[in-house]
Amino acid sequence: MSENLIKRKRWSPYLVGGLLGVLSWATFALMGKALGVSTTPVRVLGGVERTLVPGHEEGLAYLTKYAGTAAEPKAIIDWQFALVVMMIVGAFIAARLAGPRVIETVPAIWKERFGASKPLRYSLAFVGGMILIFGARLAGGCTSGHGLSGGMQLSLSGWVFLGAMFAGGVPAAVLLYGRKSCDSCETTMNDEGGAS
Amino acid sequence: MMSTLASAWIDSPTDILTGALAGLVFGFLLQKGGVTKFSVIVDQLRLKDFTVMKVMLTAIVVGSIGIYGMQAMGAGFPMHIKSAAIAGVGLGGVIFGVGMALLGYCPGTAFAAIGDGSRHALFGVLGMFVGAGIYAEVFPWFNTHVLPKWDLGKVTLASEAGVSPWVILIPLAIVTVGVFLWMERGKHTKHPAA
Repeated sequence: MSENLIKRKRWSPYLVGGLLGVLSWATFALMGKALGVSTTPVRVLGGVERTLVPGHEEGLAYLTKYAGTAAEPKAIIDWQFALVVMMIVGAFIAARLAGPRVIETVPAIWKERFGASKPLRYSLAFVGGMILIFGARLAGGCTSGHGLSGGMQLSLSGWVFLGAMFAGGVPAAVLLYGRKSCDSCETTMNDEGGAS
Repeated sequence: MMSTLASAWIDSPTDILTGALAGLVFGFLLQKGGVTKFSVIVDQLRLKDFTVMKVMLTAIVVGSIGIYGMQAMGAGFPMHIKSAAIAGVGLGGVIFGVGMALLGYCPGTAFAAIGDGSRHALFGVLGMFVGAGIYAEVFPWFNTHVLPKWDLGKVTLASEAGVSPWVILIPLAIVTVGVFLWMERGKHTKHPAA
């Protein structure tokens, strides 16, 4: 039974949600931390800037707050950095337990709307990531820090963030991809990597 | 020399180890939950697939009961309430939503999606580092004009309403369970993935 579950492709969203809740008990009570992700890009970038262009970061209060300066550096590889890196590994293990590795380059919904061009998808994913983290830093957190951790602490900021995220995301998604369901999605998740 | 170099980059080993462990579980669960898939996130935003909402609301309710339950039993761990700077959180949240629609992931699911085999998520993550740099450059303007606006401080729904957290939490749990029961009964079973 448990072995079957571990190999299953998808778990019930309620089971996953419940276990994420339990994970948060552990991070709060045992580790003294709340799950969060979006500070790490800031910290890493601050570490890169203070190393490659020392002095430049000194004028940037936002970077020095997290990463310090070349003269007085703060640790870059911290709890959240380790969390974020190991999320990649955790997801990799979960996927591999369920079957062989599947590479997605251009998702089906995207392909139906914008075509199969990899450069187009990759560059707009890049732009999407820029917008995403800009919004997260302005808001002071992301789906993890504000949404999950904030939501479960009943913090006002977390619930305002969740509302705003959907207020921006729903119209944007409908504008970008339309309302039409993507019937080919389950099947077009096949391997087309490797060759590149 | 070595030790100062290390401390300039690396935090305490305990923090790194516990963070790594939490991340391993977090990434594992996100993948099993299906939210490392572009189509699942985008279809949540198109209001066609409510997996993201189911995962999040369940996590919020379960997490909340445990956290406030342990606090009530005297566990003295710190809370991590973020400041409710409504203008910043609201505007940032809307921008975040637009980025999430374009990328098809939020930051956490983007990192996890890399492990799940999404190559485009990798470019999204690279964009995240650049976005962080851009925000750092324009931060002074936002810090003057946006962030101080309607800043209510580190408040919760309960503290704002002047009630016990359970007055919010119990109805939230009941409504959440009710909505899920209704969704699972009334709706589709067009979900051949499981």
